[in-house]
Amino acid sequence: MSFVYEKLMGGKKGLTGFIILATLILVIFPLFLDSFRLGLAGKYLTYAFAAVSLVLLWGYGGILSLGQGIFFGLGGYAMAMFLKLEASSPENTSIQSTPGIPDFMDWNQITELPWFWEPFTSFTFTILAVLILPAAFAYIIGAAMFKRRVGGVYFAIITQVIAVILTVLIVGQQGFTGGINGITDLRTLNGWDITSDSAKTVFYFITCVLLLLVIMASRVILTSKFGRILLAVRDKEDRVRFSGYDVANFKIFVFCFGAMISAIGGAMFTLQVGFMSPSFVGIVPSIEMVIFAAVGGRMSLIGAVYGTLLINFGKTAFSESFPELWLFLIGGLFIAVVMLFPNGLAGLWNDYGHKLTDKFSFITKRFNTLAAQTKLKKVEDAR
Amino acid sequence: MNTTNTNFTLSIEDLTVSFDGFKAVDKLNFYLDKNELHVVIGPNGAGKTTVLDLICGKTKATSGSIKFLNHELTGLSEHAIVRAGVGRKFQTPSIYENLTVLENLEVSYPEGRGVFGSLMFKRSEKVLNKIHEIAKEIMLEDELDRESGLLSHGQKQWLEIGMLLIQDPQLLMLDEPVAGMSVKEREQTAELLNKISQGRSVLVIEHDMEFVARIAQKVTVLHQGKILASGDMDTVQNDPKVIEVYLGH
Repeated sequence: MSFVYEKLMGGKKGLTGFIILATLILVIFPLFLDSFRLGLAGKYLTYAFAAVSLVLLWGYGGILSLGQGIFFGLGGYAMAMFLKLEASSPENTSIQSTPGIPDFMDWNQITELPWFWEPFTSFTFTILAVLILPAAFAYIIGAAMFKRRVGGVYFAIITQVIAVILTVLIVGQQGFTGGINGITDLRTLNGWDITSDSAKTVFYFITCVLLLLVIMASRVILTSKFGRILLAVRDKEDRVRFSGYDVANFKIFVFCFGAMISAIGGAMFTLQVGFMSPSFVGIVPSIEMVIFAAVGGRMSLIGAVYGTLLINFGKTAFSESFPELWLFLIGGLFIAVVMLFPNGLAGLWNDYGHKLTDKFSFITKRFNTLAAQTKLKKVEDAR
Repeated sequence: MNTTNTNFTLSIEDLTVSFDGFKAVDKLNFYLDKNELHVVIGPNGAGKTTVLDLICGKTKATSGSIKFLNHELTGLSEHAIVRAGVGRKFQTPSIYENLTVLENLEVSYPEGRGVFGSLMFKRSEKVLNKIHEIAKEIMLEDELDRESGLLSHGQKQWLEIGMLLIQDPQLLMLDEPVAGMSVKEREQTAELLNKISQGRSVLVIEHDMEFVARIAQKVTVLHQGKILASGDMDTVQNDPKVIEVYLGH
């Protein structure tokens, strides 16, 4: 029991925050948002996976990755490849010159399904690919960088470059990847229509539950000795090394874990939105993910979710009226947060939140006095 | 001298490191006995800190050998050297300012040093007892739950010493442990060093001659990467070469 309380929830304060978030996304959103807005919320929550990964990586580990879009994208593409193959059955694609392969391959004069697409006919393989491929890729990047002690700005730039390379690769290899348009026209999951409203609602709830599970798993990591070592590495890397730790292994692990949860977000994105494209892989989405975490509070797993929701709803509302100004606004907001509120929304809540709860405490006080009065009255009546 | 097996805790032979042709340490030979508290002094740029860097693996030697309890250390990675039993304190207090004193000591506790070990690590009774024992030794028992960034400069130095002690190293290396300390703190630190040198070898770099006189059993003077003089405090202080390059000015 104490394991659940301390490790999964992070004690009383963590539990309150967790319950409020769970109530918001599992009860309040579905009750008060129409199906269009709920769909948007679900999409935004998939970005929150990446924002949570950045809390671990950047907030605690001090490793700024400007390439979480890579892993979000890999997870999303893995899922999209499976759905695309299912949508490209020979019956559905009978008008193509080669029926049974995805339409964009046919347009690019490819006559045979490429070898790396083959295993994605299996749903089990796809799920494993979502969980393992991005983490394995992160392991390669991490081992190459951290074992050579590449860190800080250099690491950030390299992750950004990898994001660019991956985007260029996807766009350039149109016949294998669907190019700039991405993989579109996804219809069914094991025969179940994913474009229907009911399917979208189901995916919304799955996303919420997965996100809450990811937060709990991250909390277990952060409350263990590993979490304190991560903070120690951020503050004084040399001291950790000269205390007998192989620092690179710790960084590699958290980078792989972050990649895995970002990829889960990407896969859920594909399922909810019904397509995947390179515009969710490159520089802009990767940097936006960092902004979500920064605005929410880079030391707060739950704050990162609020940051993501706030920025994205803001983006939708604002860019409907002034699309050109949005990038300037978000850039300005990022600078303001970094300079004025380095701990983001979570920091503001910690600093001023108790004043709000104090205001409401009169209710409990009144309740207590009322209870005391009734008790007193009962005692007097008894006399 | 037999170079294969010795009774020394540390034996450094013909150690040389050159940075772009400049020899910061030049064919150094140095031996440290078991249970010996040895102080290295010398003017700025003499190569004192470089020697510590070489021993703990922060800097790689150009040539020569460093043997710790007859194990060759050159070529080992930093964490392997620490695990072999060598602890090193840095010149400026190097602690985790965002963690409490207790957490600082816990992170330094020599268990759960792997990724999965640290995920499974439990703050058991045994660990807490050891932390309390060390905290008492470094005079920080009342500060265990305090964020270590809020400690005074002297307390930070002690905390870092404690973080090494909890690993129970056979060789403890301290780089200017009393820099920036008040007179009273210096006295307490001298007492602490005399206490912790029981049962292990301690190598200290220090500038403060009064402090050196108080703790040192043996003193070595380093100058331009070479040993200028070595012996007990009196011998060294009266050595004309030492007076000329170091003490005289």
